[in-house]
Amino acid sequence: MTGKDDIPALEEELPPSELPLDAWHRARGARMVVFAGYHMPIQYEGIMAEHAWVREHAGLFDVSHMGQLSFSGEGVDEALEQLLPSDIKGLKPFRQRYSMLLDEDGGMLDDLMVSRLGDGAFDGADIYMVVNGATKYDDIGWMIEHLPDEVTMNHMDEQALLALQGPEAGEALATLIPEAADLYFMQSGPFTWRGVPLWVSRSGYTGEDGFEISIPARDVTLLADALIALPQVKPIGLGARDSLRLEAGLPLYGHDLDPRVSAIGADLGFAIQKRRREEGGFFGHARVMKELADGPGRKRVGLRIDGRLPAREGAAIYVGDVMVGEVTSGGFAPTVGAPIAMGWVSLPHSAIGTALEIEVRGKRIAAAVAPTPFVPHRYRRQKSV
Amino acid sequence: MSRYFTDEHEWVDVEGEIATVGITDYAQEQLGDIVFVELPAEGATFEKGDDAAVVESVKAASDLYAPLTGEVVETNGALEDEPALVNSDPEEDGWFFKLRVANASELEGLMDEAAYKKFVESL
Repeated sequence: MTGKDDIPALEEELPPSELPLDAWHRARGARMVVFAGYHMPIQYEGIMAEHAWVREHAGLFDVSHMGQLSFSGEGVDEALEQLLPSDIKGLKPFRQRYSMLLDEDGGMLDDLMVSRLGDGAFDGADIYMVVNGATKYDDIGWMIEHLPDEVTMNHMDEQALLALQGPEAGEALATLIPEAADLYFMQSGPFTWRGVPLWVSRSGYTGEDGFEISIPARDVTLLADALIALPQVKPIGLGARDSLRLEAGLPLYGHDLDPRVSAIGADLGFAIQKRRREEGGFFGHARVMKELADGPGRKRVGLRIDGRLPAREGAAIYVGDVMVGEVTSGGFAPTVGAPIAMGWVSLPHSAIGTALEIEVRGKRIAAAVAPTPFVPHRYRRQKSV
Repeated sequence: MSRYFTDEHEWVDVEGEIATVGITDYAQEQLGDIVFVELPAEGATFEKGDDAAVVESVKAASDLYAPLTGEVVETNGALEDEPALVNSDPEEDGWFFKLRVANASELEGLMDEAAYKKFVESL
């Protein structure tokens, strides 16, 4: 038996590093794999069971491999607006926004979450950013190159990051930190648990309600223990994280997104607010405007697949004899109960319902462009503002 | 009937000239939840080591190799409706296919149960 396309391990010249919870995962029976340069848990009891648990209860994910950055200094908003196409100046304290790093040609270098800090969190820094683990060092290099000297960027590698996700996440976290459960989707703030300072945001990568919790690495074992002691919470591995985010229609950088992909082609135009489109002043603005006017050459779409055979990353998408796209993520979707995929297709074939064929091991399987998410999001949104 | 094992974590039951092929409990455990099995066509012929079937788990597709040279005489249709049989009963009801063995001397290169057990412990 040979795994052909397991979660691709990032090719690193250095040996893989250990995350703060490494021994904790192993003690709970995790199977460890190398991902983003770290030993990480891919599963505990099994991907299907873990996936179902998160959709019904609450799962604890260790995402400490991700890059946590803070920014401060004179002109930090202006400087970040050069690098990010999103509205930073209009980002209120304790609010979080999805954004991305674009290169000069509008290619995607990473996608990320950016928040405005407050109340002295992270040594009084102004902005907090979470970037992908596999790209964090490249992101840091890019930003060092392009940020003015007045702006200080701090890679907070002494911080761990936990995600608590699922419909019972609010109830679970409320037993430890009652005030944190009052947050709405994309709000964040500083909290204290047993004297330990936390930065908690109501967000995640599963389509479910949930939180991401930044905590000093030295205290993370205590918090992880306290969370999984709750009846609603089980530890969940990277495998279920991937199947959950795919069902939620959320792209994964390095697979669905890469420097060849534009923000508009990736269907992430929502992250570029009106003022930024009009005023510009960020890398890639010309391409964004051109593609908003003329359409991107190709578009990221969801794909429903007939039958049981999964189509995976790299599978070619056809209309008749013409290759019109490629699968960038795909697999069996446990909640849907069928294989699903995400990929790019050329614009004329990107409308919902378009019939396509995907080639898997020399065979054509029937597929169609599908609306995303495949499983409805269940965020705790503020009803009316 | 004798059971043999390969270093690719397949088991082979040989009865006369017919060999039944499946994957070991260790293999299913490593693969995780199996969601699809692609079986060979009856009548297909394989050389030892050829790709003969594909097992799709939630995360990955994996090849199953022909452990012996021969012709496929029967496949386990139950796996098409219930691929999870490979997880729940890998070494009995979760079998993949039966081969008519072309060259019985190839069995000499396979492991017996004790040798396979040792092999797994060494991993």
